[in-house]
Amino acid sequence: MATTITMPQLGETVTEGTVAQWLKKPGDSVEKYEAFVEVSTDKVNAEVPSPVTGIIRELIVKEGETVPTGTPIAIIDDVATESTPLPNGSALRQAQDRLSPSEQVAEANHQASDEPVPGGNVGLGGPAYNAPPPPSNGASGASAATTPGGTRVSPAVRRLAREHRIDLAQVRGSGDHGRITANDILAAAAPAAAGAVALPPTAASATAVAVTPAPTAARTTGKPTYGSARPGDVIPLTQARKIIAARMVDSKRNAPHAWTMTEVDVTNVWKWRAREKDAFERSNGVKLTLLPFFIRAAVESLAAFPLMNSTFAEDGIHVHGEINIGLAIAAGGNLVVPVIRNADQLSITGIALAAGELIDKARRNRLGADDLAGGTFTVNNTGANGSILSAPILVPGQTGIVTTEAVVKRAVVRDDDSIAIRSMMNVCLSLDHRVVDGAVASGFLSDLRKRFEAMGPTGAL
Amino acid sequence: MTATTQQQTGVTMTNVEAVRTTLHAALVRDDRVLVMGEDVGARGNVFLITKGFLEEFGPQRIIDTPLAEASIVGIAIGMAMEGLRPIAEIQFADFIYPAFNQIVGEAAKVRYRSNGDYTCPLVIRTPYGGGVRGALSHSVSIEALFYHVPGLTILAPSTPADIKGLLNAAIECPDPVLFLEHKKTYRSVKGEVPGGYYTIPIGKADVKKAGTQLSVVSYGYNLHQALDAANRLEGDGISVEVIDLRSIRPMDKGTILESVRKTRKLLIVHEDNKFGGIGAEISAMVAEEAFFELDAPIRRLAGPDVPAMGYALPLEEEFMTSTEEMVDAMRELARF
Repeated sequence: MATTITMPQLGETVTEGTVAQWLKKPGDSVEKYEAFVEVSTDKVNAEVPSPVTGIIRELIVKEGETVPTGTPIAIIDDVATESTPLPNGSALRQAQDRLSPSEQVAEANHQASDEPVPGGNVGLGGPAYNAPPPPSNGASGASAATTPGGTRVSPAVRRLAREHRIDLAQVRGSGDHGRITANDILAAAAPAAAGAVALPPTAASATAVAVTPAPTAARTTGKPTYGSARPGDVIPLTQARKIIAARMVDSKRNAPHAWTMTEVDVTNVWKWRAREKDAFERSNGVKLTLLPFFIRAAVESLAAFPLMNSTFAEDGIHVHGEINIGLAIAAGGNLVVPVIRNADQLSITGIALAAGELIDKARRNRLGADDLAGGTFTVNNTGANGSILSAPILVPGQTGIVTTEAVVKRAVVRDDDSIAIRSMMNVCLSLDHRVVDGAVASGFLSDLRKRFEAMGPTGAL
Repeated sequence: MTATTQQQTGVTMTNVEAVRTTLHAALVRDDRVLVMGEDVGARGNVFLITKGFLEEFGPQRIIDTPLAEASIVGIAIGMAMEGLRPIAEIQFADFIYPAFNQIVGEAAKVRYRSNGDYTCPLVIRTPYGGGVRGALSHSVSIEALFYHVPGLTILAPSTPADIKGLLNAAIECPDPVLFLEHKKTYRSVKGEVPGGYYTIPIGKADVKKAGTQLSVVSYGYNLHQALDAANRLEGDGISVEVIDLRSIRPMDKGTILESVRKTRKLLIVHEDNKFGGIGAEISAMVAEEAFFELDAPIRRLAGPDVPAMGYALPLEEEFMTSTEEMVDAMRELARF
C-alpha cells in the first residue's frame, strides 16, 4: 500500500511550506516517526516525521520549492511488517523500545557475550550493520538527531553533535557496543578547532587535512557553514538566510526609514530590578533583566500613540487592535523575531516569563510558526552586546522598532544644576516615515522615556 | 565512656562518639538545650550516647519518657515553641510512626500556621538503617516518608565531622529538623573531627571524592560503600565522583547538577526502597534540568519493594546493596 504525504500545516496561520531539504531519497527505507523531510515556513525549520514505515517511492516536490499546505510532496510504499524483511537490527531495536533503560543495558551486555561486533555505528544492543551514507548535510538537525538507520543517541550526544556540527555517521563510537559517547563527539570536534588555530594561514588547509582527518568530520559535506566561516569561503545561502536577506531589502526599499534617539535615566528602575532580581529568579526561574520593564513602558506608550502600532498599506494605514511585541534575537547564526502577544495585557512578570520562554525556544531552535507571527512593533536589546547607538531596520509591515542600548554610568547635570552619577541608557527608534512624521515619533519616544524613568521600587512587578 | 566537653583540637572518633560529644557540648553551651526520649536518662541510651548525662545535667534536662512517641514529639514541640531547644530522640526510626502526626501535621506547619509568630526549633534524632541483623523493627529507612513534607528539614550525615557540624546546625535551626543517624555507621565509621564549635550549612551536599566519568549520589552507610567501590575502580582507570547528599531536604540541586554536567552520567544509591525514594526525586530533577547533558540513562541502586528487611542473613543481604553491586553498576555506566 502506498501512502501519499502532503505538505503539513505548521502552525494555524501558515498556508504554504518550502521543502528545505529531503533527508531521504527514493529507495531509502524510512521508519515510522523518523524524520524524512525538512520543511521551512517563514523562518521556522521543522523536520517532518514519516507516518508509516516503508520505502520512499517518489519525491514529488524539489528542494527549495514552495507549495500550499495539503499538496502531495512524496509517496511512501508501506512495508507490511510480517512479509517484508526490515533492515537488520530494526526488529530487535523495536523490541528494545519496550525495555526499560536498565533492561537495555542488561540486554546489551547479553549481546556482548554472544556476538562479535564489527566497527561502525551500532544500535544499542543490536547487531552491527553498515549504515548507509548520510542522506543530507550533517549540519541539519536530522542527522544530528539520529544516526542513519535510527541508531539511538543520548541527549548529550545529540546536543553536542548539533553544537559542533558533527555528522554522527562519521564518528566511531567507543562506548558499549560501539555506542557514540559524548566524549567521542568532543574528541571529533577538538582536533578541528585546534588545527585551525595552530596552523599558519599559508598552506594551512592542505596541511590540516594531511595531519588530521578531523576537519572533514567537522564539516560533513565539505561545504562551509555560517557558524564555521573561514577566509576565502563562499557560504551557501540557507533558507533562513535567504528570507532574512529578502525581508531586509524589502523593508529598506519600501519603508523610508527615519531615525531618532533619546537618552533615559534608568537609575531608579535599575535599583528596583537589583532589589527584586534574586527573589524573582528564585520564584520564577528566569532572570529579571531590564527588558520586561522596558517593554511594559513601551506597550503603555504604544497604547497612547496607536499610530506607532500600525501597518502601511495601499488602502490606508491599518491601526492594530492588538499590541504584539516582537523580540529580535540572534540564534544559531540567524535573526529571529518571536512575538509576545497582547503584551499590553501582561504585567512585568508576565512579560519576563513570556520573553524568557521565547528566548529559550530560540536558543534551542524550537520556535514554531505561531511564535513568530503577528508582531506589531519590535524591541531589540542591542545593548546586550555593548552597543550605545543602533539604527535598526524595520520589520516589514511595522511602523516602529526601538533598541535598548547599553546602560552606562555618567555624570549628569540635573534640573537643579547639581551633578550626579546616574545610570543612563540610549533608546533608538527607527520609524516608517510613510506612516508617522517626526512630531508623532518624538512624542512617542518622549512618552516612553517618561514612563520608563517613572518606574521605581514602589511599582508592582 | 564518660562525658567529655567539646574537644578543642581535631581528633579521630567514631560516628557515635561524634553524636555524643556534640550533644554534650550543646548541653554545656546552651541551657535551653535538653534531651528527651526512651532510655536516654538512667539507661544512657541504647547506644550509650547519653551515658552519664543524667548525673551531669539532672532530670530537668535529661528526661526519660514513657514508650509514647507521639507524646515525646508533641511535648517537645510545645517546649520548642516556648523558647527551649529540645532534642527529642526516637529510639529507633522504626518507632517513629506514632509521632507522624505530630511531626508532619504540627511541627512542620508551626511557622506557616502562625504566620511566622511561632517557630519550632526542634531536633528529632533517630538511628535508622539496616545491615545490623536488626530485623523488621530495627532496620527501616524513613526518609522517604517525610521528605515530601514542606517545613521539615531532613539531615543524614555519614561521617563524624559532618555529624558534628550538621547536628550543631540542626540545634541552631529555628525550624524542625529530622536528624538521621545510620546505626551501621555508628561504630564502623571513624574520621577526623575538627576541634571547637562549628556548623555545616544545611542544604549543602559534599563531593567526598572528585571524578570525571560518572557521578554517584548517596548517603548513609551506602555512601561509604560507594567510596570503597569508587576507590577500587580508580585502579582500573575509571574515575568516579562521589557526592554525599548529607541534607535530604532541602536538597542541594546545584552540586548534583554541576557534577552531572561534568560527567554526564548519574548513579544514585540509597538503602531505602527504590519506589518513590529519594533517588526518584533526584533523577526527576536531573531529567528536568539537565536532560541534554545526559549521556546514559540515570541508574538507581536501592532497596527492594518489600515490606521490611528480614532477619535471616540471606534476606538481609538481599535487601542491602553490596559494594560489589555498586562496582558492577559503576563499571557498566562508565563503559556505556
